[in-house]
Amino acid sequence: MAIVIDVKQAVDMISDNDAVMIGGFANCGIPEEIVAEIADRKLKNLTVITNDTASPEMGIGRMIVGCQIKKLICSHIGANPLTVKQYLAKELEVELNPQGTLVERIRAGGAGLGGFLTPTGLGTIIEEGKPKITIDEKEYLLEKALKARVALVYADRADTNGNLVFHGTARCFNPIMATAADLVIAEVSEIYEAGLIAPDEVMLPGVFVDYLVKRQRG
Amino acid sequence: MDNKTMIARRIAKELKDGEYVNLGFGIPTLVADNIPPGVNIVIHTENGAIGLGSKVPEGQDRDMSVVGPDGWPVTLVSGAATFDSAMSFAIIRGGHLDVAILGALQVDQEGNLANWMIPGKIVPGMGGAMDLAVGAKKVFIVMEHTEKSGKSKLLKRCTLPLTSVGCVNMIVTNLGVFYKEPEGLVLKETAPGVTVDEIREATEADFTISPDLKVMDIA
Repeated sequence: MAIVIDVKQAVDMISDNDAVMIGGFANCGIPEEIVAEIADRKLKNLTVITNDTASPEMGIGRMIVGCQIKKLICSHIGANPLTVKQYLAKELEVELNPQGTLVERIRAGGAGLGGFLTPTGLGTIIEEGKPKITIDEKEYLLEKALKARVALVYADRADTNGNLVFHGTARCFNPIMATAADLVIAEVSEIYEAGLIAPDEVMLPGVFVDYLVKRQRG
Repeated sequence: MDNKTMIARRIAKELKDGEYVNLGFGIPTLVADNIPPGVNIVIHTENGAIGLGSKVPEGQDRDMSVVGPDGWPVTLVSGAATFDSAMSFAIIRGGHLDVAILGALQVDQEGNLANWMIPGKIVPGMGGAMDLAVGAKKVFIVMEHTEKSGKSKLLKRCTLPLTSVGCVNMIVTNLGVFYKEPEGLVLKETAPGVTVDEIREATEADFTISPDLKVMDIA
C-alpha cells in the first residue's frame, strides 16, 4: 500500500546532506515537480545519483544552478555547461560511470548483490582502484553495488498499491532506482484504485514504492 | 557534399537489412538519413527503445516521454519496443546489438578508441559509449581525419583517455576507409579526389594498402 502525499510532504522527508537517486534521462522521465520543490527549498550538500544533469533551466539542472549538490554520481554532464564548469573549477565532485555500469550498480544494490563483473571500462581510467577478476579466461572489472537513502522516480500511472506503469523512454532508470533506496517516492501522472491496472501490465511492483505524489501539471 | 554527409553516406552502405544499430552523437546521427533504399535497419537508443523513428520538430504534436539519445522527442516505428536502462545495457553489453556507429576524438592502429574526454578541457562524460564500444558486435568509427589544426586523429597510440581497448572494426573519414585487421590497419578505399600520398601525409598511424584499393562509394 502506497501513501498518497503532496509534493511538499515529499520534500519534507528529504534533508541537507541526503543521498538521493533521481530517475530520468536528459529531460525525460524526471520527477520534475519534486525536483523543482527541492530546488525551491535550496536543500544543500546533496549526493545525487542520476544519469545526467539535463540542461541548466530544467529538472536537475536547476539544482546545479543553485549549487545544491556536493557529489554527483552520473554518466554524462556534457548537456549542462554549468555542471562541466563547476566540475572543472572543483566546486562540484563528479563521479562518472559508464551508463551501463551505473544502472547495473543500482540494479545490484536493489537486488541484494554486492556488485557485479563487467568488461566495460577495462584498460581505461575507469578501472583504477577496482579489482580485476578472470572468469573462464575472460577479464572483468568488479563494480560495487550502489544504493541511496531516497529514490525519486517518475511513472506515467500508479495504483494505490504503488504498482507502476511507465511510458515511452521515460522508463529509463526509474524502475531500477525504485529498488535501491530505503525511501521511494514516485511522482505519477495518474493514480488509480488498486485493481484497475492489470497484473500483467505492472512494470514495477508496488512492493518497492512507499509514497505517491500526483503530478499537478498532468 | 560536405565531409560529414560523405562519411555518413559511406558508413550507411555498411549496414545490412534487419541489423540492430546504435548511432552515437555527432556524425553518426546523420547516418539514419543516408541508409540505401531497400535496407531497413532497426535503431536502438540507449535510453530505452528499439525502433527509433525520426525527430519531431518543435510546434508539432509531441510526446515528451518518447525521446532519442540527445533528449529530443522522436517517433517510434511500428513494432518498436521500449524498456528500462538495465535492459537497454543488457542488449548492448550482452552482445545483442549488431553495430555501434560512434564518433571519435582519436583512434589508433591497435583499434583503441578515445571519444569521451579531453582532461581539463572537455569532460562531457562517457554516457553509453564505453558499453557500446565493448558490447556491440561491430564498432564503426566515423570522424574527420584530422583536427582543425591538421593534426592526425588516426594515431600510432591514443594520447587521450581511452573509451575502450581494441574495439574498433572500421574507420571512415573524409579521406578514406580503414579496416582493423589482425595485422593492423588496412586502407581499403580513398575518398574521391584524394591520393594515397595525401592520406599518408595526414595520418600518424601505420597502415598498409589493400591490393583491392578502390574509391569510396558515396553515391
